[in-house]
Amino acid sequence: MKILVMVKQVPDTATRIRINSDGTGIATDGIKWIINPYDEFALEEALRLREKFGGEVVAVALGPSRVEEAIRQSLAMGADRAVHIKTEAELDASLVAEALGAVAREEGFDLILTGKQAVDDDAAQVGARLAVVLGVPQVTVVLKLEVDAESRRVRAERELEGASEMVEAPLPAVLTAQRGLNEPRYPTLPNIMKAKRKPVTVKTLEELGVGTVLQARVMALTLPSERPAGRILEGEPEETVRELVRLLHEEAKVL
Amino acid sequence: MDTASLIDDYFMLDMGLTPEERAVRDTIRHFVEVEVRPNAGRWWLEGVFPTELIPRLADLGVFGAMLPEEYGGAGLSAVGYGLIMQELERGDSGLRSLASVQSSLAMFAVYRFGSESQKLHYLPAMARGEMIGCFGLTEPDAGSDPGAMRTRALKTESGYVISGAKRWITNGNLAQMAVVWAKDDEGVIRGFIVPVESPGFRAKKIETKASMRMSVTSELYLDDVEVPQTALLPASRGLGSPLACLTQARYGIVWGVVGAALDCLAEVAEYVKTRVAFGRPLARTQLIQERLVDMLSRIVAMQLRAFQLGRLYQAGTLRPPQVSLAKRDNARAALEVARLAREILGGNGISVDYGPIRHMLNLETVDTYEGTYEVHTLAVGRDLLQENAF
Ligand SMILES: Cc1cc2nc3c(=O)[nH]c(=O)nc-3n(C[C@H](O)[C@H](O)[C@H](O)COP(=O)(O)OP(=O)(O)OC[C@H]3O[C@@H](n4cnc5c(N)ncnc54)[C@H](O)[C@@H]3O)c2cc1C
Repeated sequence: MKILVMVKQVPDTATRIRINSDGTGIATDGIKWIINPYDEFALEEALRLREKFGGEVVAVALGPSRVEEAIRQSLAMGADRAVHIKTEAELDASLVAEALGAVAREEGFDLILTGKQAVDDDAAQVGARLAVVLGVPQVTVVLKLEVDAESRRVRAERELEGASEMVEAPLPAVLTAQRGLNEPRYPTLPNIMKAKRKPVTVKTLEELGVGTVLQARVMALTLPSERPAGRILEGEPEETVRELVRLLHEEAKVL
Repeated sequence: MDTASLIDDYFMLDMGLTPEERAVRDTIRHFVEVEVRPNAGRWWLEGVFPTELIPRLADLGVFGAMLPEEYGGAGLSAVGYGLIMQELERGDSGLRSLASVQSSLAMFAVYRFGSESQKLHYLPAMARGEMIGCFGLTEPDAGSDPGAMRTRALKTESGYVISGAKRWITNGNLAQMAVVWAKDDEGVIRGFIVPVESPGFRAKKIETKASMRMSVTSELYLDDVEVPQTALLPASRGLGSPLACLTQARYGIVWGVVGAALDCLAEVAEYVKTRVAFGRPLARTQLIQERLVDMLSRIVAMQLRAFQLGRLYQAGTLRPPQVSLAKRDNARAALEVARLAREILGGNGISVDYGPIRHMLNLETVDTYEGTYEVHTLAVGRDLLQENAF
């Protein structure tokens, strides 16, 4: 089974975000970059499927040279090789899906896995758009996955608000991973060392025939407004509770 | 940048790391953060080593990471190995001790002084964590002066018979094999691989420790233990052999204690921001700021020593007295950082709900084992002045 995993590099979720000088992006100096956590679930699932059915796992990432670190990490977790679509350009979800789709078409695949969304822009667009670009079924927000290699079908449990849904689809297909699908492995030291020797193919947008004209553009980025400091009520418990109830009722108007 | 990242790498030494070294560090750090830190205080109080961590550490490739692949290692660089030690000791010095003894003392002794068949028999199994090793050099009456050891290995027809006692032996009661140092008929120190099930071999756990409680430390008794000729590490000869192993382990300690100090500073830096006294956070007082900056300054010095030692190691030009100076100064500096951290936490500082008291008590051992502060002072003094004052 040949599985492609689309991996995005995003700022560490613990990073304190600052806005850059032109106000349309974040300041990237001093940021620690990680693999989008949902993509890690996707990669882990791909590795488990390979362990079960054999075949190949190829990680595909798009971005400037800093993305190499995410690629190395994917290889260290166990991907067999990688494709790096190298570009400095800021693309929108539609162009990213086109570029990834072009690589997928070149590579061929039985299954594409990626995260349900990236934790940087939270757009949750690329997986779905990629399926459309490739004209294959998509199952999003997957919590549980069964693959029947013989009949070439997948059964996936999807998370809905307060419910779950079982979906069946034929391969090839695009699936997007939700937290809970699995527990991603730690890259082991021997695999980290081996990752150095695994092949990484570099592609440009030009080679893939993908332009850079945006359909959607970020106009402005602002930080959430500072939360006002909390208030501490002092005094005897009975008084403070009474005061708290009064404030919740009269000021916050939640009671 | 935020306080936590500044503490970790004030001088941006990260820049000089290879991507593999960074990945190795991050992997171990993540593992320790998730699997060790939340439980470290409890394990420490209970005085047990959580043996379920051993296969996990082995799977990660921690044991013998610097050894070549044919012996089960990962061929990791010296800096990479140092970073593993740092991240393990961020969790607990006892955890790092287990890994240090396994990799730098037991496995290294076999790797450096063993025959090819010993290497193939022991190293891959030890790398997989199926076999844990200990290293018996210190005796009840010979610590700083190991040349005064009394343990004897007398030649028999088929091998040797070893008798004596070892004390303060890390992993003693966890181990399946012991590297035991003993004097032969000519009074020359030789190394032997002794399986713990050998008749006459007994390990007894030392239960009274107020330091390194998460690490198992034992006394070893060898009552006429018969071992075959193949137990001898053939290339070992003289005090220089165990000392070569100690140089490896000391190198790891130089890095390891950085982790303990980082954990202490990170904890107090958070604490002083929220702990209020006299109407303001402790962080807004000059005395507290001075202490935290002192801690940071010590940590930066420790990191620089560790990095440069790593580079010397990789260049093949590392001299043991350099390791002595760095072990002496880093262990002491880490201890000072931990003591300061303990103090700043006030009453909370004496509880293992916070890391510093545990690190501080552990570091009392680290300051002593693998050569005390004084012993390393004399080793450097001898190097500097070409006068032996031991
Ligand atoms: C938790 C723990 C784990 C250990 N694990 C191991 C292990 O796995 N394997 C192993 O072989 N050993 C191990 N050790 C032993 C450790 O290496 C020794 O304790 C250490 O070398 C000091 O020896 P000693 O305890 O006999 O102290 P001593 O040699 O008796 O020293 C006592 C004091 O005198 C000072 N001193 C000694 N000589 C001089 C001198 N000439 N001038 C000035 N001062 C001097 C010392 O610095 C020290 O302060 C461990 C120890 C501990 C506490």
